[in-house]
Amino acid sequence: MNNVRLIVSNLRKAFNRRLVFDGVSFTLEKPASIVITGRNGSGKSTLIKILAGVLSTSGGNFFYEVGESKLDSENIYKIIGLVSPYLILYDEFTAFENLHLFSKIRGIKKSNEEIFDLLDQVGLYERRNDLLRTFSSGMKQRMKYASALIHNPTVLLLDEPTSNLDDEGKKFVNKLIQDFKSNKILVVATNEQSDFQFGDSIINLDAYKINSKR
Amino acid sequence: MKKAYYIFHKDFSSELRMRFALNALIMFVVVSLSTILFAIGSEKATENVYAGMMWVVVFFSAMSGLSRTFVSEEERGTNLILSLIAHPVNIFLGKFLFNLVLIFFINTIIAILYLTLFSGFVIQNWYSFILAFVLGNIGIATSSTIIAAIIAKANVKGTLYPVLAFPILLPVILMLIEITKSAMVGESISEVQSEFFVLLSYDVVMLTASLMVFDIIWKD
Repeated sequence: MNNVRLIVSNLRKAFNRRLVFDGVSFTLEKPASIVITGRNGSGKSTLIKILAGVLSTSGGNFFYEVGESKLDSENIYKIIGLVSPYLILYDEFTAFENLHLFSKIRGIKKSNEEIFDLLDQVGLYERRNDLLRTFSSGMKQRMKYASALIHNPTVLLLDEPTSNLDDEGKKFVNKLIQDFKSNKILVVATNEQSDFQFGDSIINLDAYKINSKR
Repeated sequence: MKKAYYIFHKDFSSELRMRFALNALIMFVVVSLSTILFAIGSEKATENVYAGMMWVVVFFSAMSGLSRTFVSEEERGTNLILSLIAHPVNIFLGKFLFNLVLIFFINTIIAILYLTLFSGFVIQNWYSFILAFVLGNIGIATSSTIIAAIIAKANVKGTLYPVLAFPILLPVILMLIEITKSAMVGESISEVQSEFFVLLSYDVVMLTASLMVFDIIWKD
């Protein structure tokens, strides 16, 4: 894929009168990675959702540049993958059915073997035909990674990337992050000190919670 | 359009497994038609009453079932994954298609039961009735889908849906009652052409407006 840039400029988010953050700015150009940290309620997950294009901003702007052209906000979903505690997959479908549906809805061609490979990578091949409602929270977290990677995204947004994972799962995430940050864009929201190593730079959202009247 | 079809396919498969809307709709139809049947008994009502009651049942069945398409995503928290895999227009079209199939299915059952159970409900101009049935179902499905998207974000979903739906669906229901009455007495389509124009315009306007505003509703 062409060169991809994420440009965030003076981003502001407020829920009614409650200001979450104001004046967040940074630029990432592939390959790059950033860790977003801050206290509980500082807006880490909110910022991740905004960057994923599923939540509107209250001020400022952000955009993705692919090559020389700006990506339309409605098409952000094509280049990003998101793993977040808020992400809930379809419990009434099996692991395979979920990924098969996602590939069809995204309009990408994935053979059954490719989906099996992906399930194998996240350690769920043996459970491919089981309904998601029978999965543990750690297995559901692995499924979120599979759903985030199915379209081979250029930008990976991870909110609390290692939550609910066992040691084997954490190893998988570590390897994925190392691969990703070396040739794509990675944004990690976390409070875990051990996860700070994932970013080339760190942004602390506590510094952007000023009582601005702008 | 293919992507919208796969969203419809997901909802259809989900509905077959979970029965979010179908059970509520079927129960509503059975209960309301039985109540009307007991109330009327062997008495003969006017065309106005028969046509009015039929579309009232359709209106309330739409109220009880069609909101589920967005509300179930919101309640289960799966709206986020849907936002991450599809363009908003495809999401709306997929949900609209699902509601359209559901309302056609349930309204066909209502119409068949009505024709079977009520001896006074006799359609003389079938062309007029079927055309109104098709246009009416499209209008109801479009409005119900966009209203469902709006109320899915609210805290008081159950109350808000009929409150919003009543003024928006009223023009369609009034036109449908008028055309059904005319079809029962055997009038030709040309005699109710203004009602047909209103129905057609309503469908076009609602579908266009829904596609234009859906992105804003869906994100906030």
